[in-house]
Amino acid sequence: MRRLHSFNGGAHPAEHKAESTARPIAAAPLVPLYVVPLRQHIGTPALPLVRAGDRVLRGQAIGQAEGYVSASVHAPTSGRVVAVEMRPVAHPSGLADLCVVIEADGEDRAIDLQPLDWRGMEPSHLRNLIRDLGLVGLGGAVFPSFIKLNPGEAGRVETLILNGAECEPWITSDDLLMRERAREILKGAEIMQAMLHAGEVVIGIEDNKPEAIAAMQAAVREMGLGYEVAVVPTRYPSGGAKQLTYLLTGRETPSRGHAVEVGVQVFNVGTAYGLHHALAEGRPLISRVVTVTGHVASPQNFEVRLGTPIEDLIRAAGGELEGATGEIIGGPMMGFDLQDRAAPVTKAVNCVIVKDAQRFPPPPAPRACIRCGECARACPARLQPFELYWYARARDFGKTQLFSLFDCIECGCCSHVCPSHISLVDFFRYAKSEIWAREREKEAADAARRRHEFHVWRLEREKQEKAERLARKAVAQVKEAEAAPVDAEAARKKAILQAAIERAKQAREGVTPRNVDHLTPEQQHQVEEADARRARLHAGAEDQKETENQP
Amino acid sequence: MAAGGLTLGAVLGWASVRYRVQEDPLVEKIDAILPQTQCGQCGFAGCKPYAEAIAKGEADINRCPPGGEDGIRRLADLLGVEAKSLGEGLEHKPKSVAVIDEDLCIGCTLCIQACPVDAIVGAAKQMHTIVADRCTGCELCLPPCPVECIHMEVIHEDITTWKWRYPVYSIRPVRE
Amino acid sequence: MTGAPFSLGPRNSTPRVMLKVLAALVPGIVAHYWFFGPGIVVSLLLTSLAAVGFEAFVLLMRNQPVRLHLTDGSALVTAWLLALSLPTLAPWWLYVAGSFFAIVVAKHLYGGLGQNVFNPAMVGYAALIVSFPLYMTQWPAPLELAVHAPGWADAFDLVFAGQGALSPDAYTSATPLDSLKTQILAGRTVEAVLGQPIYGLLGGVGGEWVALAFLAGGAALLAMRLTTWHIPLAFLAAVALSAGALHLIDPARHAGPLFHLMTGGVMLGAFFIATDPVTASTTPLGKLVYAGGAGLLTVVIRTWGGFPDGVAFAVLLMNMCVPFIDDYTQPRVFGKTARLRRRAP
Ligand code: SF4
Ligand code: SF4
Ligand code: SF4
Repeated sequence: MRRLHSFNGGAHPAEHKAESTARPIAAAPLVPLYVVPLRQHIGTPALPLVRAGDRVLRGQAIGQAEGYVSASVHAPTSGRVVAVEMRPVAHPSGLADLCVVIEADGEDRAIDLQPLDWRGMEPSHLRNLIRDLGLVGLGGAVFPSFIKLNPGEAGRVETLILNGAECEPWITSDDLLMRERAREILKGAEIMQAMLHAGEVVIGIEDNKPEAIAAMQAAVREMGLGYEVAVVPTRYPSGGAKQLTYLLTGRETPSRGHAVEVGVQVFNVGTAYGLHHALAEGRPLISRVVTVTGHVASPQNFEVRLGTPIEDLIRAAGGELEGATGEIIGGPMMGFDLQDRAAPVTKAVNCVIVKDAQRFPPPPAPRACIRCGECARACPARLQPFELYWYARARDFGKTQLFSLFDCIECGCCSHVCPSHISLVDFFRYAKSEIWAREREKEAADAARRRHEFHVWRLEREKQEKAERLARKAVAQVKEAEAAPVDAEAARKKAILQAAIERAKQAREGVTPRNVDHLTPEQQHQVEEADARRARLHAGAEDQKETENQP
Repeated sequence: MAAGGLTLGAVLGWASVRYRVQEDPLVEKIDAILPQTQCGQCGFAGCKPYAEAIAKGEADINRCPPGGEDGIRRLADLLGVEAKSLGEGLEHKPKSVAVIDEDLCIGCTLCIQACPVDAIVGAAKQMHTIVADRCTGCELCLPPCPVECIHMEVIHEDITTWKWRYPVYSIRPVRE
Repeated sequence: MTGAPFSLGPRNSTPRVMLKVLAALVPGIVAHYWFFGPGIVVSLLLTSLAAVGFEAFVLLMRNQPVRLHLTDGSALVTAWLLALSLPTLAPWWLYVAGSFFAIVVAKHLYGGLGQNVFNPAMVGYAALIVSFPLYMTQWPAPLELAVHAPGWADAFDLVFAGQGALSPDAYTSATPLDSLKTQILAGRTVEAVLGQPIYGLLGGVGGEWVALAFLAGGAALLAMRLTTWHIPLAFLAAVALSAGALHLIDPARHAGPLFHLMTGGVMLGAFFIATDPVTASTTPLGKLVYAGGAGLLTVVIRTWGGFPDGVAFAVLLMNMCVPFIDDYTQPRVFGKTARLRRRAP
């Protein structure tokens, strides 16, 4: 038996898992329209490979990974691209993002899928393949997997952890996946182990999932793998990568660092499952398991094509019941309110909870913080949330950073236990995004300063060069004048030069509003032409407006 | 008492003279707060000259519209003075970028000369474009354009720049 | 906008916390009533009324949501702690003035609940003992030793009219702490003094039982997880150790640890006053330093200071040090290698 290490604090929110575990995973029905965002992972969004009008097949790449931290995006079914445009996506802001909109043709024809012989492959080639197959972490963080599958400088990882803890209430997608598809998960783990040269493989599961534990143990035995199924106590957030790493190995992931630095790599069980299918069948990541639960007719887990609008998915679960008050994407501890039900399922969406007023009442009015320290006792990152709150509320962002704001994993334990019902994490999210914005602004300002300094220096240099040129010329003229007595030709040249200098001067001063006074005839002509074009454009716009107004 | 005051005054006076040479880092610090839009709305030829003027005490801290209230507050913090509202006649506008209507541009290069951060590319008699992420939104290229083909577009937030809002509550719990 | 988490934890809330604290004070109050008569009930009621009144008034003046903040119960807790630290049977205005200092000056002038630096009840107490030392030393005598045991009518008369059936002196006596100090100054030994009837078994007739009742209430607080063990333990340990050390050095002039634990405000202070979360240190190590310091100062003030009891001033002095203590005792953040100081060097 593995010795477990207990992390600080945590919470025991009501589990609500039974609702959605009664039914097996079902394939969500095909829908007529898929909206596939090009940003479904952390990092740079994929570059669109298709245009409106293109026909696509299931599994065909429609977005190419761009830059290092990125992953490709694929068509979930066959059909026609109707648009590549901004559409609302599942994001706390409710803002739109670039999506490929595919009208399904109902035939669901796939590209030619070829199993890949990953064992014989060169590691970096294999990693690139995994990136092109669109694999990202399916636990919710959606970090491109191929990066994490690089054993790094050490050349090996001591412990590979499969994360099946699933500590968030309501969510059961990993639970069901482990119950039903344990072998495929383990096959994915074998690939990971080989790629990372991992010494041991540990599968961490919370003790509230006995069926999943049994299924995984049985599969490990049958497949003759030496993997360990470690049962961890049910305590939120044991499924956080840092927390699970600590629970199982006693190693703390360095602040702002990665688990691999302490010889550990953590993958969600869903990612292992996806990796197995990607390599064994050559099938890119075009679907994932999503829990639909809460105030719906029949809560259930679905294997959902990425890009399926969430409203269609809710319909698949029998639709919402009377009195629904909205949807949460993700779990109740770390999820967010969905703003637009037309937003699609992405690689990051593991759960849709339909809220009702009884189980998700509006938050009570907050009271003053009494510094009771409950939040600090609950914080798995060992922070002092009330101090962070104090400074975030006062917009003293420097202080929040001194109090290790960026070590907050936004698990929500502090808000959960606060007797004054202060939504502490909202303040932390606010402070973090404010600090990021300032850093962006600062970078932009520094860049602008550098360019401006260069600009000033360039002007200075040009002026100097010009002056030197003129000086040289003047010397030459003086010499000429000395050599030959004043003749008409020289005088004429001098006059021309003088005029040129004059013109240049005027041109410099001419940087005044609408300076059409000193234009050459040619420029004058162009100005007129431009005006004419503008007039035409305006007239065109007017026309259009009028036609638009007519129904 | 009076003698003490005099000595103290003398010391302070000496100190202020003695340490005047250290003004340069102050200019740098002020300049680091200014947004580097280089728009000249403050009445100086750019952010650095304004920073120098502030450091010398010749200009007030509330003359920079792009910096906004936040910039003023940070200047006030740095200099240990009261923050105030933006100076008269100045107005903070949402951050924008200049856009050249490429159908109208005649390639006269006047805007290129006006741009303080070299954000406009294009050669003589060729259509010009503004490199949006270099543009500081200073609007200096607008007046020189003989065909008025440059306009400003407000930058809207997207998913990457979106900020979590300051949490506020209604005092009474919401009743449905 | 409010985001996750969408579920609230155990059904706790600030009013509930305050109510539980009040409940934990009840055993001590009952003991007080039993040994010293109904005066405590009158002073509790009066202080509560005054505190809640001041709280409502200031909230109105500060344009704050009155109902929301009034119902958090913090004013009541302050009032009860204040009343339990003051002598009963004093004139009514003493309680009102104490409440004023506690609620208006110590709490709201610092920004209201959660922002005050000093423990409000102790500020009220300290203001009174500095301003009206005479009234603050007239404590009701234990019923079994009193010349005249006050009934309900006496209590009301004394508080509101300043005169019972007899003059106030008939009902009051010096506290054990007080008389020990004066007698030691007069040259008697501790042993001789503690033999007098007023000193009871452990520290003082009646008072010792009240202290034990507070100890029981404090145990309930710990059991309900309303406070951690750090502050009470460090406070009591510091009192016992420092008193014990003094006693060892000179048993004739210094009473033993048990006497110090069982008299005056030590028990109340250890469990209910020093633990006030707003003004106490908040880090585990900081709490030990803070409460240890307060316990030590209590004994120091009792032994060498000009005031009969040291708890209030000890707590206030340590309140002052809290930001500093917290600075140096921040816990090590997960994944970081060193304890972080909160201010940049
Ligand atoms: S739990 Fe709430 S009231 Fe208690 S210290 Fe934390 S923020 Fe303040
Ligand atoms: S949200 Fe952040 S501060 Fe709050 S408990 Fe979690 S890690 Fe700690
Ligand atoms: S007003 Fe314009 S030029 Fe002046 S400091 Fe501000 S950004 Fe710079």
